[in-house]
Amino acid sequence: MTAAAPTVVPVAERRASRGLWSDAFRRLLRNKPAVLGIVFIAIFVGAALLAPIIAPYGPLEGELVNRLQPPSPQHIMGTDLQGRDQYTRILYGAQISLQVGVVAVILALAMGAFIGALAGGLGGKVDAVLMRSTDVFLAIPGLLLAIGIIAWLDRGLWQLMLAIAVTYAPIFARLLRGSLLALRESDYVIAARSIGAGGNRVLTRHMLPNALTPLIVQATLVLATAIIDIAGLGFLGLGPADPRTPEWGTMLTDARRFLQTAPWLVFFPAAAIVISAIGFNLLGDGLRESLDPRLKR
Amino acid sequence: MLKYTVRRLLAAIPVLFGLSIILFAFVHFLPGDPCRSLLGQHATPEACQRLRENLGLDLPLWQQYLNYLDKLIHLDFGASIINSKPFLQEFAIRFPATVELAVGAMIFAVGLGIPLGRLAARHAQGGIDAGVTVISLLGVSIPVFVLALLLVYVFSVQLGWLPSQGRLNPRADFEPVTGFLILDTIITRQWNLTVDAISHLILPAIALGSIPLAIIARITRASVLDVNNEDYIRTARAKGLKEKRVDARHIMRNAWLPVVTVIGLQVGGLLAGAVLTETVFAWPGVGRYVVDAIQNRDYLIIQSSVMIFALIFLVVNLLVDISYAYLNPRIRYS
Repeated sequence: MTAAAPTVVPVAERRASRGLWSDAFRRLLRNKPAVLGIVFIAIFVGAALLAPIIAPYGPLEGELVNRLQPPSPQHIMGTDLQGRDQYTRILYGAQISLQVGVVAVILALAMGAFIGALAGGLGGKVDAVLMRSTDVFLAIPGLLLAIGIIAWLDRGLWQLMLAIAVTYAPIFARLLRGSLLALRESDYVIAARSIGAGGNRVLTRHMLPNALTPLIVQATLVLATAIIDIAGLGFLGLGPADPRTPEWGTMLTDARRFLQTAPWLVFFPAAAIVISAIGFNLLGDGLRESLDPRLKR
Repeated sequence: MLKYTVRRLLAAIPVLFGLSIILFAFVHFLPGDPCRSLLGQHATPEACQRLRENLGLDLPLWQQYLNYLDKLIHLDFGASIINSKPFLQEFAIRFPATVELAVGAMIFAVGLGIPLGRLAARHAQGGIDAGVTVISLLGVSIPVFVLALLLVYVFSVQLGWLPSQGRLNPRADFEPVTGFLILDTIITRQWNLTVDAISHLILPAIALGSIPLAIIARITRASVLDVNNEDYIRTARAKGLKEKRVDARHIMRNAWLPVVTVIGLQVGGLLAGAVLTETVFAWPGVGRYVVDAIQNRDYLIIQSSVMIFALIFLVVNLLVDISYAYLNPRIRYS
């Protein structure tokens, strides 16, 4: 019985999971808002990756004589206070947002998944202690927790990533724990256990893969909020340590004083933030619909 | 009901306890020399010694923590290291401004979000529904401070309809009574100032309310659609009740429940969003107080502010849970 199980299970599992993912992908492509989201994300990621190639200038180069110029063929998004080309800075800004956002969300996922798996997998006292701890972090309103962490660690990219990761880790922890608890009672987990599969095997082969989909959906949506939070922290002066760094929120801090005379300094960074946030929100919603086989039409 | 309330109150205690440990660690484990972190690079040795005594930094760690806990229990939140103004007093002066802003934002979000959600549900899959979906997508995707800047550009800079800075015309000679300016101007019957105070509140309230608006509209739509499929709604319609009555007595009564929870959860976001909104609109509330504290590296103020914000968040959620239990008998009696 135990000898037969390993040879049978992987085959069935592989076929089922290939079906699930390709199915989900096909459903995703039929979802128009999700495709629009993918397009926005492609623009965002493309800007970040290609910035050094397509940017007409350097992100820090500019002459003061060229300051505050409105959009023109030379500077399609105008120039800023130091005469730097805004289009260039927006492209490089995508690098910062993408880097910080993705690393922060992966960190948050790793921390959250570890805590959630521990709590949901072991249960009992471990679960109680871990969940009360996440309660403590969730009691501090999101951005304030990040603000506190950066105030503590000082400004910088790593600090920014860590601050955002710690803010969202409890959400992932609770989500994973919740699905694990629900799965523990599911028929196929009971079945796996009844044929003698060990605790570790049940957790890693049967429960975690099935608990993964809500995590993926949530991670996509959190990426949207993370990009917004990064910009917000930058706007408050808590972004990258070097204030010349082309971070979208930091750019807005300087720009707001020129809302009357140079409104393009607000519009373009604002549009960049909003487009990338919409992209991940649309993709997240689309993934939620396509990854849940129960919603199959 | 009482039992439920007490149980919820007791559940908040470990959270507060954990929070006190984290916030204690926040100040006592500042990277580097605490004196340099708290007083700056050029602090004199005497000032450092005074600080050490004040904070009790020479005592064993557990005793320092107990001291901190003792102060918290006696509502002693310490004072600014920069200007030694007591935290609680400074916070209290600014708190009404933030409450006014948050209430304004919530009135906007609930007042518009619920009708929008109901409208979208009634015309599900139609044009109106799509419109509401786009609004809520924009609501969650536009950062509060970006929307704030855009609103200022359109309604203050371009149209000149609404003021963009502060709570009242700076030339107005007005002595606040309670600190809630709209209320104060009504009490003192200075109607022109009431109008002025409201006009100052509109843009910040819209900016801050945009995210809760989006979420409330979404939840209301989903919740109404959910309830709409229940058997008892079909029964109500089948027995010939007017659609209006079905809506008011059968659908909304049940659809309210998730909406109430979400409204409570938004309060945390409002507090955090206030930090950004107040920065854009020069709104003299607690959000700006925190931003100033960060810029001055006034760690004790940051510590106490986070504590108070978390406390407010916990209290509001407690109230929401209790009202939820009141609205939903299924919770009350379980």
